[in-house]
Amino acid sequence: MTIDATHREVEDFLFMEAELLDAWQLEDWFALFTPDGRYLVPAGDLPQDSSPETNLFYIADDAVLLHERVKRLYKRNAHAEWPHSRTRHFVSNVRIAPAAVEGEIDVRCAFMTHRHRAGVNDTFVGSARYRLVRDQGGLRIREKRCTLDYDNLYEQGRISILL
Amino acid sequence: MKYQGGNNIAIDADHGRFRVARRAFTSDEILQAERAEIFDKCWIYLGHESEVVVPGAFVSRSVAGRDLIFNRDAKGVVHAFLDACPHRGAKLCQERQGVAKNFQCIYHGWVFSADGKFRRQPHHDAYPQDFEAGCAVDLVPVPRLESYRGLWFVCFDENAPSLEDYLAGARAYIDCMADQSDEMEIISGSQEYTIRANWKLLCENSFDGYHADNLHATYFDFVRNVMPPNVAKSGPPPKLEGVGRDLGNGHAVVEYSAPWGRPAGKWSPAWGEQVRPEMDSIYARLQARLGEQRARRVSQLNRNLVIFPNLVIIDAAGLVLRTMYPEQPGRMQVSSWAVAPKGESGWLRKIRLRNFLEFLGPGGLATPDDIEALERCQQGYRNLREAPWSDISKGKIGSPELPMEDEGQIRAFWMQWGACIDRYPHPPEPPPAAAKR
Repeated sequence: MTIDATHREVEDFLFMEAELLDAWQLEDWFALFTPDGRYLVPAGDLPQDSSPETNLFYIADDAVLLHERVKRLYKRNAHAEWPHSRTRHFVSNVRIAPAAVEGEIDVRCAFMTHRHRAGVNDTFVGSARYRLVRDQGGLRIREKRCTLDYDNLYEQGRISILL
Repeated sequence: MKYQGGNNIAIDADHGRFRVARRAFTSDEILQAERAEIFDKCWIYLGHESEVVVPGAFVSRSVAGRDLIFNRDAKGVVHAFLDACPHRGAKLCQERQGVAKNFQCIYHGWVFSADGKFRRQPHHDAYPQDFEAGCAVDLVPVPRLESYRGLWFVCFDENAPSLEDYLAGARAYIDCMADQSDEMEIISGSQEYTIRANWKLLCENSFDGYHADNLHATYFDFVRNVMPPNVAKSGPPPKLEGVGRDLGNGHAVVEYSAPWGRPAGKWSPAWGEQVRPEMDSIYARLQARLGEQRARRVSQLNRNLVIFPNLVIIDAAGLVLRTMYPEQPGRMQVSSWAVAPKGESGWLRKIRLRNFLEFLGPGGLATPDDIEALERCQQGYRNLREAPWSDISKGKIGSPELPMEDEGQIRAFWMQWGACIDRYPHPPEPPPAAAKR
């Protein structure tokens, strides 16, 4: 199967995504998802590729819930993130794999997201898998799955930011 | 004015005041007293029967500061062992769960069968002949292990009452969970996280009926947003209504109606008309099994139950078991599991998990705000020298049942806590004198 995107284009897309998140331009970030988009963060004790429909995740948003999450994060009374955390999303080790689904671009990368708020620093390290599609010439996210490299969240406590 | 709990609870029923000294959330001495008088003496939740179904199934779990092996042996008997090799003490289990006929210590190779009996070791000849005959070489079982409706508990006090007696009025509410199906199971995936706050703050919060409208306003916005427009406009404003009850022995509950659907048998317009028939049939099956009145209660009402000291059963938008343990006075470890009827349909399981995640857990739309609130409390306690007391006075003090938005259920927890701490032979220093204001 031919891969319908250059490495440079994919990397640039992921860096742009990270930039939107760090700037709290969350509606713009949400617009990167397709209408059937999903954002997934599996629980720490689940095997790779577990399904959110049969296993308990930390986060398993469809586009509706993800948009609600984004809208909430803009509110002053979303207390866990008001005032907003400062975040820095790092993306590296980007690889484009043969897509499992026709028309998709399968991207794997490592991520590290740093969060600072009220004197507390949290680090989230893991691997991300993106299922991207091409829409009107640009790339869109059909699924973003962030698998954290921790058995649990004893270090970070909560995932109130977007990874 | 009556003092309890090493003077950390001040009750003035005549003036309707119930206060807790904030040092109860910050003091190392009090944490020591809690370990001795609460976690070493009360019945503590270990796990669910569905986690150890097949012979040899085991779960490695931290419980009340111990590392335990919770397992089922080849004959089908359930055990809980202290996870330390009888030889030198090395922890045997590094995997979280699995199936094992034997446990072998990595250090000197001692082997134990799943019933805890010593099996063999590589240098048998160097010991006296009867060395392995006594139970001194077997795995050490917990002093007490009992179950109620699929929930297994341990107790480190040989002389404790039976689990059933201990659970007292809480049994009826565990029944409401267990009766949702013939067989319940834990869904795979656990949410384990830390809150930088005292563990008792989450006990309070888990059935605090006073905070939701305020703290979780954004969650209720979300509930409105996902309802079909006609329901969102014409329906009642989403809120919670119900009662709080003292169930004895420090256990208490809030039981209430709420705007969300319940996979136990309460359809929600947010799920769409297409799933309504199956929800109706789930309700009909409950009704046939439990009768109309009980089926209604089990399926329609929500319950947040705290079993003293640290098991929370949230039977609401999701069905959740949650434990919390102190790590330090200002830091707790929380574990949550989702519970569901075994064999429920794929779409209902999906809705159940979605319902859970919308509200609950470290990535939910509500729990992170609870975490924030508890951490803010803990931060506020830095000021305890000049601001030493917290207030838990809402609703008539001493009533066994009150509206859920009162604080009767929280006082029930504290009264038991106080009785436990009062048993501690080295009473902590009294807190600063109760200010008149």
